[in-house]
Amino acid sequence: MALDPQLVQDLLRTARQCGATAGDALLVDNASFEVQVRLGEVEKVQQSHQKRLGLRLFFGQRSATTSTSDLSEASLRQLLDDTCALAQAMAADPQAGLPDPEETITTIPDLALWDDAIAQFPVEERTAMAREAERAALDYDSRITNSEGGEYSSSQSHVLYANSHGFVGHYQAGTVGLSVSPIASEAGGMQSDYWFASGRKLSQLQAPAVIGQEAARRALRRLGARKVATQKVPVVFDPSTAASLLGHVCSAVSGSALYRGASFLLNGLDMRIAPETVTIYDDGTLPGALGSKPFDGEGIPTRRTTVVEQGMLRSYLLDTYTARKLGQRSTGNAARSAGESPSVSPTNFYLAPGAYTPEEIIASVPCGLYVTSLIGFGVNQVTGDYSRGAAGLWIEHGALAYPVEEITIAGNLRQMLANIEMIGNDLDMRRRVTAPTLKISEMTVAGN
Amino acid sequence: MTHALARPAEFFDNKYGMDTTSLQRVLGKTLGKQIDYADLYFQYEVSDAVSLEEGLVKQASKHVNQGVGVRAVAGEKTGYAFSDEITVSTLEIAAHTARQIASSGAETARVAIGGVQTPTTDLYPVQTPGPDIPIARKLDLLQKIDTFCRAYDRRITKVQTSFSSSHKLVLVATSEGLVVGDAQPLMRLNVLCIAEDGNNRQSGSAGGGGRMEYEVFLDNDQYLEYAREAARRAILNLDAVEAPAGAMDVVLGSGWPGILLHEAIGHGLEGDFNRKGVSAFSGRIGQQVASELCTVVDDGTMPGRRGSLNVDDEGTPTGRTVLVENGILRGYLQDRLNARLMGVAPTGNGRRESYAHMPMPRMTNTFMLGGESDPQEIIASVDSGLYAVSFGGGQVDITNGKFVFSASEAYLIEDGKLTRPVKGASLIGNGPDVLTRITMVGNDLALDTGVGTCGKNGQSVPVGVGLPTIRINGLTVGGTRS
Repeated sequence: MALDPQLVQDLLRTARQCGATAGDALLVDNASFEVQVRLGEVEKVQQSHQKRLGLRLFFGQRSATTSTSDLSEASLRQLLDDTCALAQAMAADPQAGLPDPEETITTIPDLALWDDAIAQFPVEERTAMAREAERAALDYDSRITNSEGGEYSSSQSHVLYANSHGFVGHYQAGTVGLSVSPIASEAGGMQSDYWFASGRKLSQLQAPAVIGQEAARRALRRLGARKVATQKVPVVFDPSTAASLLGHVCSAVSGSALYRGASFLLNGLDMRIAPETVTIYDDGTLPGALGSKPFDGEGIPTRRTTVVEQGMLRSYLLDTYTARKLGQRSTGNAARSAGESPSVSPTNFYLAPGAYTPEEIIASVPCGLYVTSLIGFGVNQVTGDYSRGAAGLWIEHGALAYPVEEITIAGNLRQMLANIEMIGNDLDMRRRVTAPTLKISEMTVAGN
Repeated sequence: MTHALARPAEFFDNKYGMDTTSLQRVLGKTLGKQIDYADLYFQYEVSDAVSLEEGLVKQASKHVNQGVGVRAVAGEKTGYAFSDEITVSTLEIAAHTARQIASSGAETARVAIGGVQTPTTDLYPVQTPGPDIPIARKLDLLQKIDTFCRAYDRRITKVQTSFSSSHKLVLVATSEGLVVGDAQPLMRLNVLCIAEDGNNRQSGSAGGGGRMEYEVFLDNDQYLEYAREAARRAILNLDAVEAPAGAMDVVLGSGWPGILLHEAIGHGLEGDFNRKGVSAFSGRIGQQVASELCTVVDDGTMPGRRGSLNVDDEGTPTGRTVLVENGILRGYLQDRLNARLMGVAPTGNGRRESYAHMPMPRMTNTFMLGGESDPQEIIASVDSGLYAVSFGGGQVDITNGKFVFSASEAYLIEDGKLTRPVKGASLIGNGPDVLTRITMVGNDLALDTGVGTCGKNGQSVPVGVGLPTIRINGLTVGGTRS
């Protein structure tokens, strides 16, 4: 599925003839596969192939973005006409434009994002992996009585980007994942949970049995959960919920939120936002990592950005437009799918691991909450006010005592960051935005 | 474009050569031995969006999203293949892929399809789809909203407004001979204001839309109502105090707070979860799950509503399904697959985000019928509690029934009177239990303004919700003030 740069270059050339002063285009060719096994039987097999072209044109400082999955000559001509008409209807925006030519990447590094084995892996074996992972969960304990299935999925893309400065860049990247969603039950209730593995290479995936057993453990430990009384206590976030917490920080340092004034970290640059133990990176150059890519959606090389250095906010995440709005330089964080305008997005955004084992962190809490699951959207990015539905395990005398549910945890993200008291040594890279176990010294738990 | 889009079957025939013979051939190749059912879903969608910030046009975009999904069903197994290229040869490859799930043979079956059906009633006979409205008109509207919000209060410092619309043409052809098309218009207007007073910064948002003519936004200056609401909420929140924490009596206002029903019981009544026995409502038809004051329906046949459809994404006409009647659980929401496996009739709730997604049971417009209480009396009945009138999103854990939804405009009730506005807080409860705690139902049923989008298994579809004012005893409010 090699992509033809000619198609994109011709389109940009024709655009210039139509009066566009600059432009860029993205062509993405994607093949995906998914198989789901439920209670041992194949329930769903899905396969796809898609190719999509995204176009952005500038008429001076007026611009518009369009896309199509219809790559016929007539359709591309229509796309061009639509884009020109839209762009010319816009008001001029002084910050609009392509990156400077010297900002775009010159040599494209191999970041180990591709694995030929993914496409070659026989469908029967993909199905067998999903089945084995689910089987491991079902066999783990007699209280695992049902399942929403085991799933194997993969996706492989070729990405081509070109702009009217003459830049043309191409890379290929793939992902593969395995997940299991078992249901545990006993008198009085059912609980579901899931566990997963994901990576760029087939050989990196954990063994199916390991995934299934962990999924089963996670569902089982929720059985018999109860509510607790409303109180203020220390809260320990496990790595999956800590990752969601870090996601809010990631949104708050995004250039698009900042220039709109819609961030609780507004005007925070070079200010202390967390204790010295907290360091946060965004690194798009980590070989083989899920968020890595050689260049961003505007052809700018990705890099390692120190976002928070020993508690001090040092950098925002920026694309070309938001950088110009804020009087800074792009950090190579323009994300772009063919169907969208560029927007700011992290690559691999992570909180550096700390000194403590998760057990040591739990042992430090006389009475509090170990939160393993969060639901709802109760986060205000403008004010940092935070209130979400939670489930997990209650900690008594430094040990996990019993499961809890139907409670909320609330606070303010600025305060929560300042109150990070302990950081775990258990960082893993199965997510693009990821964190180790985190202890926050105090939050409000609402229950009975 | 409008004219061509009005006749989906002709459109797909003219543009891609998908005539009856081609449809029969592809369906025949998909069906083969051991396959119970096959269908094709064609889509051609044009969408556009324009946004304004700081009085400047920030973004303008237009997208064409075309493709086809081929599905083969054998028992509980489904094979699905999709492509953005609509040609007979691509379809034949997709058909081969989809049917592999049940059969490795190469035999084909004969499929005879009848005449193309058109839905009997058109719930959204729109003359001019959103993407066809000149951009200058949309920009003019957004500019007026921007100006209005800034003039509303000097503390409004940032205004973001956006208009988005789509026109989706679909054609469903099944191995049972059904061929039915639909043209689905959709529009939405959104306003976000940020208010600042010293270091205190707050936001407020509002919006609306539906499957309607653009002029509906202009009737009675409806667009300015959204502007006024967004600005009012942002200013109101400057005075908001910390929300209380703990269990208390809660009054929900009419309209958008109907998201309670969507999260607390709607998802739990979707057929797929119940067929698999993984919902907290599994096996509970005929049991009492709500107070006798509660009757809840899902209705996809309301003219012009965001959640309405003439036919669902499997070609089944939409309907009105009673989910809870006077407190008793009556029915589930079904697509074809789950209806067949559970031995019931489809309810017209088989929906999908696009050709790149398999259909599954989804809600349309979900609401509670009005009761007899005066809304003011409901508020006056509470000694100490919370009155919540607007919400952000919500989420539910289907299996244990726990749901949350987050208030974005709420007030303390003290001695039966509204006192101070409080900051946003999540409300958490248990689906099978929360409706039993409803002690009063207002006579003021209202539907939301048309902004709801529901996510399930990675698929987003537009939905509507509605609620009269209700009182719920003992719901946990997740604030910070204990």
